[in-house]
Amino acid sequence: MNYKNKMISVLYAVVIAVCGLGIAGQAAAGSGVSEVRPLLLAAADVSSANIFNRNLKKPKKHNPPPPEDGIHDTSNEATFSLQAPLEAYKGLPKTTFGNRVDWVKAIDQGLIKPRWDRLDSNEEPFVMDLDIVRPVKASVPDVVFPHRQHTEWLFCSNCHPAIFIPQKGANQINMSAILLGKKCGVCHGKVSFPIETKTCKKCHSKPKPKDWKPPLSEATLKNPWK
Amino acid sequence: MALKNERDLGFKSLLLGVLLTLGLFGVSQPAKAEYADVVINNYADAAGMRPAVFPHWFHRIRFRCKVCHADLGFKFKAGGNKITMAKIIDGQFCGACHNGEVAWSVENCAMCHSGIPGTPTHFHGSTLQRLVAPAYRPLDAKKASKK
Repeated sequence: MNYKNKMISVLYAVVIAVCGLGIAGQAAAGSGVSEVRPLLLAAADVSSANIFNRNLKKPKKHNPPPPEDGIHDTSNEATFSLQAPLEAYKGLPKTTFGNRVDWVKAIDQGLIKPRWDRLDSNEEPFVMDLDIVRPVKASVPDVVFPHRQHTEWLFCSNCHPAIFIPQKGANQINMSAILLGKKCGVCHGKVSFPIETKTCKKCHSKPKPKDWKPPLSEATLKNPWK
Repeated sequence: MALKNERDLGFKSLLLGVLLTLGLFGVSQPAKAEYADVVINNYADAAGMRPAVFPHWFHRIRFRCKVCHADLGFKFKAGGNKITMAKIIDGQFCGACHNGEVAWSVENCAMCHSGIPGTPTHFHGSTLQRLVAPAYRPLDAKKASKK
């Protein structure tokens, strides 16, 4: 009896081995995909309701080529011969706002060499390295305005005196004016980096001293019941 | 109304349908075009020409702001320069470079005049446009371009 049982188990083993070999052979022959496919199907069957941020806005596609950007006419043949932004941005430092290119870094690292003169490629810009600190009444960090990055691109007469009077304390600037396209907003929010929560710290970059306290309003100071 | 319109437009203009629906429900249009693209439509529509589209990104790779905004006298205002083809051919504004010497010349009409007809002059993706006046494109703009 024992011997018979052993024989049967050996027979089973042989059958299983042969089956295994057969499957392995099939897999080796390339038809093994049928073994993997059920796994993939199972993954695809899982509900898409389980993803993160399901109800949030879909991420926008950035830097679309001209025919897909919504302002170029696709019935115009030349639209298709215009360069796509991403083609030009290859290799340039990235950001997460505006054109998604860090233009200042690109120029500092010599990755782009825009002309300072219409015709002469060798003319150097008139760069002035002077930081202006503007104290801010509110608790946000003070503003540091760097002339260097600006004079890399612009000429003095672009800003002075029409937009900013070149005199200490002569310019009243506030965020509402900037958001409405005045003062810094003449460029920032249109061409240069936009005013977004991601970019606050680019200007508001000098932290307040540790003992800083918000200034008390006149009404508070005059309050007889204080 | 919105549903009926979408049915009429069919599969190919599904995108327009989506835009229409968005517009009708008061959702601001998604800003898709490249940041700082300027559409200039001071005179183009009236003259039966597509509005011109100026890509800032392409030009700032080649020139610093100073060249156009200080030397050539472009004001910092979309549509504030009153550019006409007569001035361009005369060598002013775009014509300072687009003369066949620095850049391709004015016979390539459709390279600049490539905007969707009826698009008003605006600065694409500007803060002001996003916060204050988001709806800039008439809903039937695409229909008009098909005629």
